[in-house]
Amino acid sequence: MTVKPRDARKVIETDRVIAPGQSYGSVDDAVNSPVLLPLGRTKLWWFIGFGIAFSLLMLYLYTVIYLIVTGIGIFGNNIPVAWAFPIINFVWWIGIGHAGTLISAILLLFRQDWRTSINRFAEAMTLFAVAVAGLYPILHLGRPWVFYWLFPYPNTMGLWPQFRSPLDWDVWAISTYASVSMFFWFIGLIPDLATLRDRSENRFAKLMYGMMALGWRGSAKHWQRYQRAYLLLAALATPLVLSVHSTIAMDFAVAQLPGWNNTVSPPFFVAGAVFAGFAMVLLLAIPLRKVFGLEGLITKKHLDNASKVMLATGLIVLYGYVIEIFTAWYSGVEFERFMAFNRMFGNYGWSFWALIFFNSVAIQPLWSKRVRNSPIALFIIAISVSIGMWLERFVIIVVSLTRDFLPSSWGDYSGTLWDWSLYIGSFGLFLTLFFLFIRFLPSIAVAEIKELVHHTNHSESHEAPPTEVS
Amino acid sequence: MPQYFPPNSNAFAKWSIYGGMVFFIVLITVLAIFARVSNNKVGVAIEQPVAFAHNLHAGQLGISCAYCHASVETSAVAGVPPTETCMACHSQIRVGTEQLAAVQKSWDTNIPIEWNKVTDLADFVYFNHAIHVNKGVGCAECHGRVDQMEVVFKAEPLTMGWCLECHRAPEKFLRPREEVFNMAYEKPANQLELGQNLVEEYHINLDKLISCSVCHR
Repeated sequence: MTVKPRDARKVIETDRVIAPGQSYGSVDDAVNSPVLLPLGRTKLWWFIGFGIAFSLLMLYLYTVIYLIVTGIGIFGNNIPVAWAFPIINFVWWIGIGHAGTLISAILLLFRQDWRTSINRFAEAMTLFAVAVAGLYPILHLGRPWVFYWLFPYPNTMGLWPQFRSPLDWDVWAISTYASVSMFFWFIGLIPDLATLRDRSENRFAKLMYGMMALGWRGSAKHWQRYQRAYLLLAALATPLVLSVHSTIAMDFAVAQLPGWNNTVSPPFFVAGAVFAGFAMVLLLAIPLRKVFGLEGLITKKHLDNASKVMLATGLIVLYGYVIEIFTAWYSGVEFERFMAFNRMFGNYGWSFWALIFFNSVAIQPLWSKRVRNSPIALFIIAISVSIGMWLERFVIIVVSLTRDFLPSSWGDYSGTLWDWSLYIGSFGLFLTLFFLFIRFLPSIAVAEIKELVHHTNHSESHEAPPTEVS
Repeated sequence: MPQYFPPNSNAFAKWSIYGGMVFFIVLITVLAIFARVSNNKVGVAIEQPVAFAHNLHAGQLGISCAYCHASVETSAVAGVPPTETCMACHSQIRVGTEQLAAVQKSWDTNIPIEWNKVTDLADFVYFNHAIHVNKGVGCAECHGRVDQMEVVFKAEPLTMGWCLECHRAPEKFLRPREEVFNMAYEKPANQLELGQNLVEEYHINLDKLISCSVCHR
């Protein structure tokens, strides 16, 4: 197998799920070769990107250590805004993860072949986003070192967690989500790990990939079991797409605070999660296909479909904003009405209008096919959606808490430097993991793509496809 | 292609799965056993600056607990006696002996004796002696038979689970108010009946007793 010289590669932009003329060999070259390069020959962009990510990770660790040593008082959280940045960021990150599960599980069950090129890195994104998100509520505890009290284990306190509290449902939702996502990701990786084991020339790499490949030989029996396990896990993960963020929505919805106590919250949160998640998928896919030259595998078709999902979920979210204001008026409850009025015209009114702009106005160009086909435009819109979804959680959490029932308990809130450094630093954790992932593991599910190549070649021409046996 | 793994690595893989399960079961078992037997330093004698013998004073001589721990019925803290309390007797009895040297020094210099705490609850626990004593919880219930200890040690684990044993079912432990300081008090055969009567008589609100903020304020 020869690696094609870089300059021979020409960018193939296509509207199809995979570019024409792909073969097993070309897929391997495109995806696996960069992974198998010796460390010293890693591309410069990777070192630069990893360096930035790692510096941010150090900022994160510094903040965490300072937080643990000093205490929760370094954050701006205080009565009445006891939930602020940590919970905003928690909901934001966990929402981002949802696109990965949607792509890998629901689209698999619906047999959408366009999921194949993007499911691997979207699942990795899910996993890393859940890891980042899961840390926030723990760091937000006054005493993070006793976080294990959240689990029901035999203890000297003679206590179980409060099972009637949504905060405890959170623990279960997130830990289930994290473990199912991890299994799903790992099982999907096994055939690819075996390919890497067989193709790598470094003894250490062979051992590592070999260990993780769990003795995969690619026999028919292996494939049959693999497919079964994969489908089963997809079926398990499918309800999680809906349940995890519904549970998080209930953290708010079961409270009596105006602005939180909404029956629309669970579906609204789920739509928002998928919305933000697809924005993040685009944010990662657009540079990824560029730097790895994967335009033939992550095609314009993928960008187009992802932006359509984004547009659809974005409109659901807009419906949510409208219906929240409508129910506030229709309920006739003065506190609800005040909440809606305060949200739009109160002293945090800017955040609501910014949210409407970033989340609802900025996605309208997606109706045009030209915009959906332009990676740069999509990248900008995806950034806008990410900002918008962060602002949405800010509006729900902070603005509702600052103005509750009693004017005597009103207060204002602003994040401190540490709030921001923990948020910016969390990108470091996410990106460091992601850069390690794209360096050492195939960011596209090679085995599944090969299957797709086979089907495409088979159905398009019954002549012998240009395959090379690898 | 050469083999990178010896044949026995299959067995290793298999056993690592069982190992994971075994680890999980062992972990839960160990935690459960720990929760049951954790004694939280029960029975460890604490050295004191003065060799004060509780078994002599409270036991043989029969001095009431509240003589020295004077605020126990009215305050959150039972109170460690000031040197003056000791000197009420010891200005006459066994004056100038070696055991009393530290007390005498404190009396002369006007610097209190620094006793070491035996029963030290965590700072986030609010414990009030007066309410317990006045509702019929005997001293010995938590502190053990202090009248038989030469050097005082912690008699009960004082873990939250231990506290809740009584807070969830106080009728199993309550005694009449006048028996609170009676170290040798034995529970009668009809304890449950008596306890239930006392719960009613002393207006003990069972729902409030297991609310978080009763102890964590």
